[in-house]
Amino acid sequence: MTKTKYLIIGNSTAAVNAVEAIREKDRLGSLCLVSDEPCHTYSRPLISYYLGNKVEEEQLFYRPSSFYYLNKVQAFLGDKVVSLDCANKQVVLDDRTGIQYEKLLLATGGAPFVPEMPGQNLSGVFTFTTLDDAQQVKKFIASHQVKKAVVVGGGLIGLKVTEALLALDIQVTIVELADRILSATFDRTASRIIERALKGIGCACLTNSTVKEIREGEPGRVGSVVLKDGTQVDCQLVIVAIGVRPRVDLAREAGISVNRGILVDEHLKTSVDDIYAAGDAVEAYDLIAQAARPIAILPTAARQGKIAGYNMAGAPKAYEGGIPMNSVELAGVPTISVGLTDPSTLADGERRNGMEVIQDYREKDSVYKKIVLEDNRIVGIILVNKIDRAGIYTGLIKDKIDIASFREYLLKDDFGLLSLPREYRKHMVTGQGIEI
Amino acid sequence: MKRIVIREEYCMGCRLCEIHCLVQHSKSKEIVKAYKGEFPKALPRVLVEEQGYLSFALQCRHCEDAPCLEACMTGSLHRDAETGAVICDENKCVGCWMCIMVCPLGVIARNTEGKKAASKCDLCAGEKMPVCVQNCPNEAITFEER
Ligand SMILES: Cc1cc2nc3c(=O)[nH]c(=O)nc-3n(C[C@H](O)[C@H](O)[C@H](O)COP(=O)(O)OP(=O)(O)OC[C@H]3O[C@@H](n4cnc5c(N)ncnc54)[C@H](O)[C@@H]3O)c2cc1C
Ligand code: SF4
Ligand code: SF4
Repeated sequence: MTKTKYLIIGNSTAAVNAVEAIREKDRLGSLCLVSDEPCHTYSRPLISYYLGNKVEEEQLFYRPSSFYYLNKVQAFLGDKVVSLDCANKQVVLDDRTGIQYEKLLLATGGAPFVPEMPGQNLSGVFTFTTLDDAQQVKKFIASHQVKKAVVVGGGLIGLKVTEALLALDIQVTIVELADRILSATFDRTASRIIERALKGIGCACLTNSTVKEIREGEPGRVGSVVLKDGTQVDCQLVIVAIGVRPRVDLAREAGISVNRGILVDEHLKTSVDDIYAAGDAVEAYDLIAQAARPIAILPTAARQGKIAGYNMAGAPKAYEGGIPMNSVELAGVPTISVGLTDPSTLADGERRNGMEVIQDYREKDSVYKKIVLEDNRIVGIILVNKIDRAGIYTGLIKDKIDIASFREYLLKDDFGLLSLPREYRKHMVTGQGIEI
Repeated sequence: MKRIVIREEYCMGCRLCEIHCLVQHSKSKEIVKAYKGEFPKALPRVLVEEQGYLSFALQCRHCEDAPCLEACMTGSLHRDAETGAVICDENKCVGCWMCIMVCPLGVIARNTEGKKAASKCDLCAGEKMPVCVQNCPNEAITFEER
């Protein structure tokens, strides 16, 4: 039985940032890391770039190859943790190795969700969340001369795959259940701009629709999909990108409190002492929703991994809460969305008084800026085509700054620190040890 | 670490810092070529903000708890172990602009001329003093241990 002071399950964003935080505080304590993926830590969001031949395989790595060595990490790669025994503080791997820990981090991330569909086991149907998925899809495309593909799901991952497939000269049809693409992060106007841009580069978006069945073409392989209205769309490849759910089985079976994600307190500790959790697997405080929510994005996974690492290494630090956000460039259109972007979609109980929207939509140039306010504080933004200096807004959201005195400047193209009150500007820059 | 200190009351808005920064980060380090003969053209990593009489030169603060480092999805942004500066490995960067979404000072620029890459202050790695500081005629930015 291996014994270790720190044990991390996972090898991605949350895990890597936890390793770095632990090593900042404790250079020597033994540290083991286990992942069921066999490869060195890589950037998950880059797999669509890899599929579209925009980056080489060697460029996918999230940290240099010396990472485990320099951080004195004993890495078990390609090993799955099959059970966790909280009382005896140990885990068992699929090859029956046991590892005993003092402090454990569950950084188990998410797993793709696939609804039941007839034909889902045909060759040519894939999900798209791991490097292995990307390699499989790449191989399949190369060996089967794929000309047409259907992407199920018009969310972020679906659209990123779409871009990659388009770059490979494959004709893509997106099938989306909602009445527009990117409905979770965008409002109607922003969705429309992106839909238009995608159509401009030859991609079909079928909204209010879903795949009822996947049909066989050549024996054992995908030939078409049938939509809910009966339409048949020919294709040789289907990517199911409906969503990712927190991977919580291990925690649940071990008796750790789980809701949609693993539940954690403000130090990212789970319901069991000495066990922490971070990243896509957890449900931690969301500053905008003002409640615990899973936020499956990389910056949140990094932040939580880091905070959990500090706490595990005995340097207490509280997690401030996260904000859902994303930056994506689709069909050549850069976009950024942060926080609450569309109050009109909130359920009655969630809508709060004092919410208002200010916006600037220049239809001809497809430029769109929208700011959602609540009691004179920014709670969300959407920026399309003009995204420079977007982080200034994100900072104002995080710091809950009252914008009443500079509201008129918010949407201006030259909005900058000079538009902010002198005192706050001073604080921003001196906060980091610098006088202004 | 040694940091650039901004003294807004001394800034005249001459923008010499922007010019020196661009030239320093060009391939040739010659002003005419840097502006007219290089592709992709370098961008200044210092930004002079100006409104009426007020102006100041702003560049990355190399934050201690830097949100850009956490948001960078490729690992191109990293902290230099020796100087403490937050550096972007532009070869690794894919231009996803996650960093731009979170930098509260808005000091990361998008270079989209060639391969997309984030462009930010590197404290002029290799120089004793960043060139913006060296060339500011009125000491509106200084380089000090803080
Ligand atoms: C195609 C794609 C594009 C994306 N684009 C963006 C983007 O543009 N911006 C953004 O912010 N986010 C993006 N994301 C989301 C981002 O990748 C995740 O938020 C981030 O990777 C979460 O990190 P994590 O460490 O929590 O979990 P994960 O990255 O999911 O990693 C979980 C780890 O746990 C391991 N594991 C789980 N269970 C076990 C077990 N029982 N035994 C052993 N190992 C186990 C897995 O092998 C893996 O290493 C994207 C995701 C995908 C798939
Ligand atoms: S780029 Fe912005 S967030 Fe990053 S260290 Fe510099 S000032 Fe801080
Ligand atoms: S634009 Fe480059 S530096 Fe910025 S987050 Fe993306 S990969 Fe990192």
